[in-house]
This record gives sequence, structure tokens and C-alpha cells, in this order.
Amino acid sequence: MNHDHINDEEGGVSRRKVLECMTWVGTGVLWTVSGGVPRSLGLVDAAKAAEPAGLTFLQISDSHVGFDKPANPNALGTLEEAINKVKALQTKPAFMIHTGDISHLSKASEFDDADRIIGQAKLDVHYVPGEHDFLDEEVKLYKERYGKGTRGPGYYSFDANGVHFIGLVNVVDLKAGGLGNLGAEQLEWLDDDLKGKSKSTPIVLFAHIPLWTVYPQWGWGTDDSARALEYLKGFGSVTVLNGHIHQVMQKVEGNVTFHTARSTAFPQPAPGTAPSPGPMKVEASRLRSLLGITSVNFKQGEQRLAVIDTPLQG
Amino acid sequence: MTPDLLRGTGRPLLVRLAIAAAIALTLGAQSAHAKELQVTIDNFTFTPPDLTVKTGDTVTWTNHDDIPHIVVSAGKFRSKTLDTDNSFSFTFSAAGEYKYFCSLHPHMTGMIKVE
Repeated sequence: MNHDHINDEEGGVSRRKVLECMTWVGTGVLWTVSGGVPRSLGLVDAAKAAEPAGLTFLQISDSHVGFDKPANPNALGTLEEAINKVKALQTKPAFMIHTGDISHLSKASEFDDADRIIGQAKLDVHYVPGEHDFLDEEVKLYKERYGKGTRGPGYYSFDANGVHFIGLVNVVDLKAGGLGNLGAEQLEWLDDDLKGKSKSTPIVLFAHIPLWTVYPQWGWGTDDSARALEYLKGFGSVTVLNGHIHQVMQKVEGNVTFHTARSTAFPQPAPGTAPSPGPMKVEASRLRSLLGITSVNFKQGEQRLAVIDTPLQG
Repeated sequence: MTPDLLRGTGRPLLVRLAIAAAIALTLGAQSAHAKELQVTIDNFTFTPPDLTVKTGDTVTWTNHDDIPHIVVSAGKFRSKTLDTDNSFSFTFSAAGEYKYFCSLHPHMTGMIKVE
């Protein structure tokens, strides 16, 4: 079992040291990962070797339950394989986040199937919706099932082990010709939510569509994400976790690390390498190397979170 | 088509009747001005992106992608979720420019001009 490995063990305390470290990470390991070069160290072995103290949580994304097209005729099956990987972890994660597109067409049966499989991990799951989760006629199933106690279409925040988590929704009220959208009301809430937080509080921001501009020609970005990031200026550690583009991408910008997770359902092409961002059909033997899960570890006293992507196979 | 054909020198009666019927149908359709036009969705793109039609014409969008799309013209029309090979039709009864987009993938845009 191989995986792409992004790990930062350099958690110094001085700002200068953090900046040096970011530079090093930005030019070295992180870009190695965007280049898709894998390291031959298993997630389980890595977890054992690192003996992570503090907080470990998982991210899964884009399970698209109900999808049955040639790119993967059994998206429910590969979700189950992903959950089996989660169950096999030696270090039990504190919880899981799901960054949207739980279902393919927002059918109740699709959400039922997703819940049945994801539930096998026996972990709390914090969801944010993808555009595929708001397709039912009355647009109510997502909120009923996953959005209790959330605001607007489903945004919220919570704290775990001193880390502040913020789940945002950028898939509603999209404007013609535009990208993902947070909207004024949600941005105002975010501003309020961060007020009074110590700048040393590590922040994890998660949403479906990338909160950085990956490839606007394919809609891979969020129109008003710059305003959200404005509110995060000054925080020492900000990690932004997204899905939607069904592939691993990473960027470091100042205090912010942006990361996208693989799908558990089907791969999508690298930006601009195909006529469209639609499902990419690959040889059956390659499919599972392009699907996977993401593990994130935070250690007290370290500025940066270690993000480890593990494919289902290969 | 010439009137000579209808006079039908030497043609069997049935052929002459068929030709007459065909002409009548064609004229009928023209007088109603109601055409059926198609917009296809392939690779997250509306084709043709711009289409000019006449009042009373019907446009049908058909999604050939493996990903659903929703065709929306703000305040004018909105399709249901179009899964693969699903279609949506709208009859334009008023002249104007109808800009539309996919509400799931808003970088997909198109326009119907109704004259």
C-alpha cells in the first residue's frame, strides 16, 4: 500500500521558523504530492511509526452514492472499500468529515445507502453538502439528515482538542458564469464566528468546492473565498480541506494550507487535460489508485497539520 | 414542387394524393411557425451556445453527460435535474433574449434569442 505523504514535523514556535518551514514545504514535499509522486509507506504503518498524539481525524469526499456510469459502475462498493480502510486503522480517528456529494442525485435511497456504509466506521461524521446533495425536488433531504443545528443551507463550527473547525457551504445560489459561492450572510456569520478567537487557535475550514482558484474554466474555485480568507489573516495555522475535483491538490499560501481530497467514487481529469471535468474512465486496474481517503493529524504546539492521502489501492 | 406534379399526367392517383398531402403538411407547419429545436449538453457545454428562434418555437435540451445538469434562465424557466439522456423542453411565447446557465455548474452558459 502506497500513499502520497505530506507530513510536517517541524512545528517550531517562532513565526520565522514557521515561515522557513512553509517555504521548505512549499518547494519540496507538497509540490511533490501535486506531481503525484507516491511514497511507499502505508497509512497504518505511518500512523504507528509517528505515534500521533493530539488529534487525528479523517476526511472522505465525493462518495456519489447512486453513480453507476462507466467511470465506476459501483460507487457504493468503492465507498465501502474506503470505509473498510478506515475501520482497519490502528489509531482510531477522533471523527470524520465528509466534504460533500454524499449522493449522486439526492435520492432518499442514495442517502440511506451512504449512511448504512459510512455508519460502519462507527465515527461521528461532520458533513458539508456538495451540489449533488441538493437535487431533490424540495431541497430538504440534506438538511433533514445532516444539517440539524446548522445555519442557512448547512454551515456551522465546532471545537475539538483546541482546534476550531468550520464547515462552509459554497454550492447554493450559484450565479451564471460564476464559480462556487459563499454569499454575504454566510461570510458575515464567519466573521462573527472568528471574533474573539485567539490567533493561536488552529483553524480547519472545510467546504465542498475548493476555496482557492484551481481552474476557473471548469468552475473549480469559489467567487468570494478571498473574503473568507481575509477573516483568517493573522491566524497562525489555517488548513482548508475541500473535495469536488476528485483528485489531490495542495497549495500553501502564507499561513494557509489548501488541500483537496480524492473521491471514493470516480476520478476526474487534471485541469485542462480533457474536454470537460466529467467522470474520467480509466482501466479497471487503475481505478482504485485514483480513489481514496485523507487522514489529518494535529499535534499540540505544532503550527501545521499533517495531511496524508491514501488511495484505495496501489 | 410544381403544379404540373399535382396535375399528375401519367402518375397514379395515390402518388398524386401523397404529394398533395405532403405539400399541405409543409404549408400547415410553416403557417403555425412552431419549430422544434435542439440544444445538446456534452462535456459541460451547451451546443449551440446561442440559438435564435421564433415566438412559439420549442427548444429541447438533452444531457449527454454522465453528470446531471439543471438548465435555468432566472425568472423564466428551470428544468428538473437532468440525469444522463434526460431532456427538458420550453416553448418561447414572448420575444426577447433568454440567457441561461447550469445552476450546478454555473460556468456553463447559453442564450436563446426569440424574435
